[in-house]
Amino acid sequence: MKLLAANRLADGEAVWLGPDGQWVEDISAAEVARDADSADRLERIGHEAFLRNEVVDLELIEVEIVNGQVRPARLRERIRAAGPSIHPGLGKQARKSAFTLI
Amino acid sequence: MYRYDEFDHAFVKARVAQFRDQVERRLSGEITEEQFKPLRLMNGVYLQLHSYMLRIAIPYGTLAPRQLRMLAYIARTYDKGYGHFTTRQNLQFHWPALRDVPDILEHLASVEMHCIQTSGNCIRNVTADHFAGATADEVADPRPYAEILRQWSSLHPEFSYLPRKFKIAVTGAERDRAAIQVHDIGLHLKKNAQDKLGFAVYVGGGLGRTPMVARKMRDFLPEEDLLSYTTAILRVYNLHGRRDNKFKARIKILVHETGAQELTTQIEREFAALKDSDLKLPHADIQAIQNYFAPPALPPRPEGGGVLVRAADDGNSFARWLRHNLHTHRNPDYACVTISLKGIGDVPGDISADQMDAVADIAEAYAFGEIRVSHEQNLVLPHVARADLRAVHDRLHEIGLATPNAGLVTDIIACPGLDYCALANARSIPVAQEIANRFADEERQEEISMLKIKISGCINACGHHHVGHIGILGVEKKGAELYQITLGGSGDENAAIGEIIGRGFGPTEIADAVETIVGTYLSRRLDASETFLAAYQRLGPAPFKEALYGSHAKAA
Ligand code: SF4
Repeated sequence: MKLLAANRLADGEAVWLGPDGQWVEDISAAEVARDADSADRLERIGHEAFLRNEVVDLELIEVEIVNGQVRPARLRERIRAAGPSIHPGLGKQARKSAFTLI
Repeated sequence: MYRYDEFDHAFVKARVAQFRDQVERRLSGEITEEQFKPLRLMNGVYLQLHSYMLRIAIPYGTLAPRQLRMLAYIARTYDKGYGHFTTRQNLQFHWPALRDVPDILEHLASVEMHCIQTSGNCIRNVTADHFAGATADEVADPRPYAEILRQWSSLHPEFSYLPRKFKIAVTGAERDRAAIQVHDIGLHLKKNAQDKLGFAVYVGGGLGRTPMVARKMRDFLPEEDLLSYTTAILRVYNLHGRRDNKFKARIKILVHETGAQELTTQIEREFAALKDSDLKLPHADIQAIQNYFAPPALPPRPEGGGVLVRAADDGNSFARWLRHNLHTHRNPDYACVTISLKGIGDVPGDISADQMDAVADIAEAYAFGEIRVSHEQNLVLPHVARADLRAVHDRLHEIGLATPNAGLVTDIIACPGLDYCALANARSIPVAQEIANRFADEERQEEISMLKIKISGCINACGHHHVGHIGILGVEKKGAELYQITLGGSGDENAAIGEIIGRGFGPTEIADAVETIVGTYLSRRLDASETFLAAYQRLGPAPFKEALYGSHAKAA
């Protein structure tokens, strides 16, 4: 399973492609591609958003679903979704939904 | 301290306007990411995991209170209320929005600061001994020469597109606190037999993927030849440095592949042609820059001595702070004070906006308005009257910055690592925090005495792990963090690259491994005066290997 990660151009915020082509700040709201065709579709939508100067640094990342929650395979992407691990009051981990990822 | 002249002001102002225009054009889509990326990097703007990062140059680590207050203002207004000091004597903000960066740069310019040449294949911020201009053990303040190099290297047309980045460090003392031998050029300001000032010139040091200690190319270069000789080095490097392979592009590889002797010959040939050119520094010009760095007039304050003798006996945390966080000033009534940014469990190098403001106040009240940033991610008040040390300590204590651990096992260098950095393989900061928590006991820290632990989250070695007495490198193995340990490194005048001790340790094992190493040292040292590094040099790796892996272990 995959989802599409990026950073928003104007402020750099880590975002993921959500349903309806919207970029979401919470990884649990991202759209999960369960097969190659859906992954291609995410990439296509992402590339269009890149060309519209909405996002940069697009990357399709590997995820799994654990206890009903999206969990990126790589620690790097988990920290991106919920880090930094050292500042519990800052960044995404301050939001409850990302709390258990790292 | 150096004040911008009209040229500096105009130059930085023009650059801000230029970048504002570039950001606007990027946000409106007029220019592409591909076109914009090199432009933003030239202005110190990186993209990391969570956000953009802005790297601000602090030339030779010298800061004025008004500058620190501006950094506090920016931290509060545009970031998340804190900043991070790095091993390059820079400050990084980890959360700025791109659209705000032009405003941030304008604020910085108003206090004579900028982000130019904090990235890219150019000559980067010149770093210096953090006690420069104050320490008892230097022949002269090296910062005027760093400033001359800064002016010369800013937007230098010939050296803006080097094969790779280029770092210069200077010291004016025999005791090297600026790690000059692991820089592309290291300059040691000294006097010759005729009492003339000049430099021992080291070339080709560096850490990263292929760590190397620099080679000494000149034992004494007269001060007036500083720019001609540096130009000669850079010309040879610019011409012959490898542009075909990023990992072989630093000057250290050129030194290694060409041979120090042959390269010296080439540099000397180039130098002979430049020696009497416009690059020769007139004494009046050196003097003019030196005047900017004139030390503050330090009134006699002999009353400090008695106060401190009494305090040193009472065994409390102030006494400990006096033992560890002071450095000998050339004026016996004064001391250089290290403000540790390594509170136990804190993020090494992080400082909050409120702490920045408070340090600025303290520097104005007690330290003649001078602040320095050390490459060890601490701050320094270079001139504090001994009679004021109690007051300074207490004020620092109020803001949580009086940790008495400078140079001790909890004074750990750690790069941002995987908590922020897009290039990282593993986290550095949580490892530093856990080790610091393990060794929190102040008596035990004193018993261990000087021990430098340095941690990097990838082979780029921003955390200087190769020159840590204990170095820790984070790698990624099968999707998990793994930490490799090197022992016996040193970044001082006896620079040495640490040796890998064996297979790596997982995140839950690494602090135990450090405990084992320290325990082995304590049980094997000759006496309390033998430091970890001295003991390691005497004993070699064997007892440490055995303690870590058992007697049959092989190095990984
Ligand atoms: S050493 Fe690696 S992980 Fe650490 S800051 Fe440098 S590039 Fe990032």
